[in-house]
Amino acid sequence: MFVAVVFVATSFNFFLPRFTGQDPIATRLELLAAEGVTTRAEDYKALIETYNAKFGLDRPLVFQYLTYLSSAVRFDFGASITKYPTRVGELINQAMPWSIGLLVTSTLLAFVVGTLGGAVLAWQHGPKAAFELILPPFFLLAAVPYYLLGLILIWLLAFQAKLLPLGGGYAPTTLPDWSDFGFLFEVFKHSLLPALSIVLASIGFWALGMRSMMITMQGEDYMLQAEAKGLTKTRSFFRYAVRNAVLPQTTALALTLPHVVSGAILVERIFGYPGVGRVLYEAITGFDYFVIQGVVYIIVLAIAFAMLVIDVIYPLLDPRISYSSA
Amino acid sequence: MATTASTEPLAPASNVASDTLNRASGLWGYMKRNPSIIAGFVLLGIIVLFWAFGTLMTAPEDAKDLAFAPPNKRPSLQNPHPCYTSENPRELCFAYDNEERQHLLGTDRLGKDILASFSQGIPQTVMIGLIAGSLGTIVGTLLAFAAGYYGGILDAAIRFIVDTLQTIPGILILIIITIAWREVGGGEMTFIQLALIIAMLAWLGPTRVVRSQVLVMKQRSYVEMARLSGMNGPEVILKEMMPNLMPFIVANFVLAVSSAILASIGLEALGLGDFSSNTLGMMIYHNIWYGSLVNGWWWWWSPPIVVIVILFIGLFMLSRGMDEWANPRLRRRF
Repeated sequence: MFVAVVFVATSFNFFLPRFTGQDPIATRLELLAAEGVTTRAEDYKALIETYNAKFGLDRPLVFQYLTYLSSAVRFDFGASITKYPTRVGELINQAMPWSIGLLVTSTLLAFVVGTLGGAVLAWQHGPKAAFELILPPFFLLAAVPYYLLGLILIWLLAFQAKLLPLGGGYAPTTLPDWSDFGFLFEVFKHSLLPALSIVLASIGFWALGMRSMMITMQGEDYMLQAEAKGLTKTRSFFRYAVRNAVLPQTTALALTLPHVVSGAILVERIFGYPGVGRVLYEAITGFDYFVIQGVVYIIVLAIAFAMLVIDVIYPLLDPRISYSSA
Repeated sequence: MATTASTEPLAPASNVASDTLNRASGLWGYMKRNPSIIAGFVLLGIIVLFWAFGTLMTAPEDAKDLAFAPPNKRPSLQNPHPCYTSENPRELCFAYDNEERQHLLGTDRLGKDILASFSQGIPQTVMIGLIAGSLGTIVGTLLAFAAGYYGGILDAAIRFIVDTLQTIPGILILIIITIAWREVGGGEMTFIQLALIIAMLAWLGPTRVVRSQVLVMKQRSYVEMARLSGMNGPEVILKEMMPNLMPFIVANFVLAVSSAILASIGLEALGLGDFSSNTLGMMIYHNIWYGSLVNGWWWWWSPPIVVIVILFIGLFMLSRGMDEWANPRLRRRF
């Protein structure tokens, strides 16, 4: 499955832009011409040919495809068309830590808070009243796209209250220095708003899923047994109900990662966050096919990998499933 | 809610003369026990009212990009009516009250009347959702029946394609397709075409969910009975399974519409939409592009957000309520 997903996605990625019959080099030169760089007609033709040869766009499609596949395996996507000497890999490498730091933290935070909240909400013996007041607004927020929530948060917390910066990864006046504590704090402050918009918008999703799982679990016989054994409420809550109800949630976590990525493209765009989403956005607006291919490939690979990891750790969470006996 | 469900009778006594009345009141009786559906309809109704209000108060020309109209006018309650009518043509109108002309919700950076943009954009966005959602639901349901009912290689193939495509973030595929499509069309793309692009992936969800329902239903005794009595495949599907799955498919249709609108707004906000349209997503795009948040043009960025939020929450409540209606076993739980 892992290989199939990656292969299909990569091929998609290769053929779709090429079926358009559009010439990225010509597009780029037109852009240059619009900026005032003029060339004579015969030079223009030679220029296109040279560039096409340089980027390997003049060869038969099959060869291009094979080259592309081998470059995908080697993680080498060539140079960006719009930012010419920069390699695609370099662009992605710079952006990746920002995205991973933001997305993984906020998704896991939302997962933990939402799952626990949903569990308590469904638990008959728990402090229900407080949660019944707090959680339902989050159910509604879950129906709202991340980036719209982001816009509202920018306006409330950054523009009106001036508590947090408007956007960006760090203040434009400072130089990145990862050993400096002040810089780290600044990065944290800048990531707070985008993270908050992702967390607020997805807590409800996790809480809803967990709640309905917990309600099902409470009808199970082993819950009755836990009660009959005289276990404490806390113990039967965590070891019997939550332990079982969290399994589908974990699967959902793997399946939701794609949506996190897609939501994050716009979150990064709105907050001007220097992550992969912004690289992709700039590539889209600049018709930079190689960068688009590289970014899409990396994202798909990351998701496929995450699903593989979930598959592998599943037996640890659920002892009933084991790969050795199967 | 669970307690009312058990005490109230499903429908009023059967001695009501008119059958339709009986059915309608039965429906109303059910709706009363399903507040999600009511909330959904009320929220969507608010949007319809807002659209109707905008259509009454503005002329379609107001939503056009007018280079000579004064941009960024604050909302005003004074003289909000369009000054031009059939007797009072547009050129004349703008000639004399360019500055005095007031707008209920103000104008945007391009000089468009914001209320007029909504009266155009809401139907356009809903249209995208309906086209992509219904195409996705129809194709998905057909594939689901083909896969679930007939099984075999067909099932394996459909399942493989769905599983693979669902792993890849939909928005990435849509981004690539949209760029490709726009390039073919010379940079132009109508919002109907955007809807068709979104429909290319909209069938994945319905296929998966309906297929699993078909698999369960295939084992039911009445389906087996129909097969034993000599009905062929399409007959069983159309006459026995389809009517029973209809509520479930309708509930999924609402969900498909909602996710199609979500996808369209996402693509448009990224700048991959129809620039000649006024869809809600294009409004968000223009807001981001002109930085209306930091410029303090609250009357421009807040209405589309409010409308989109109401729209999504309305669709969400509706689909939850429909789910409950389609799947009666859920009724006891919630």
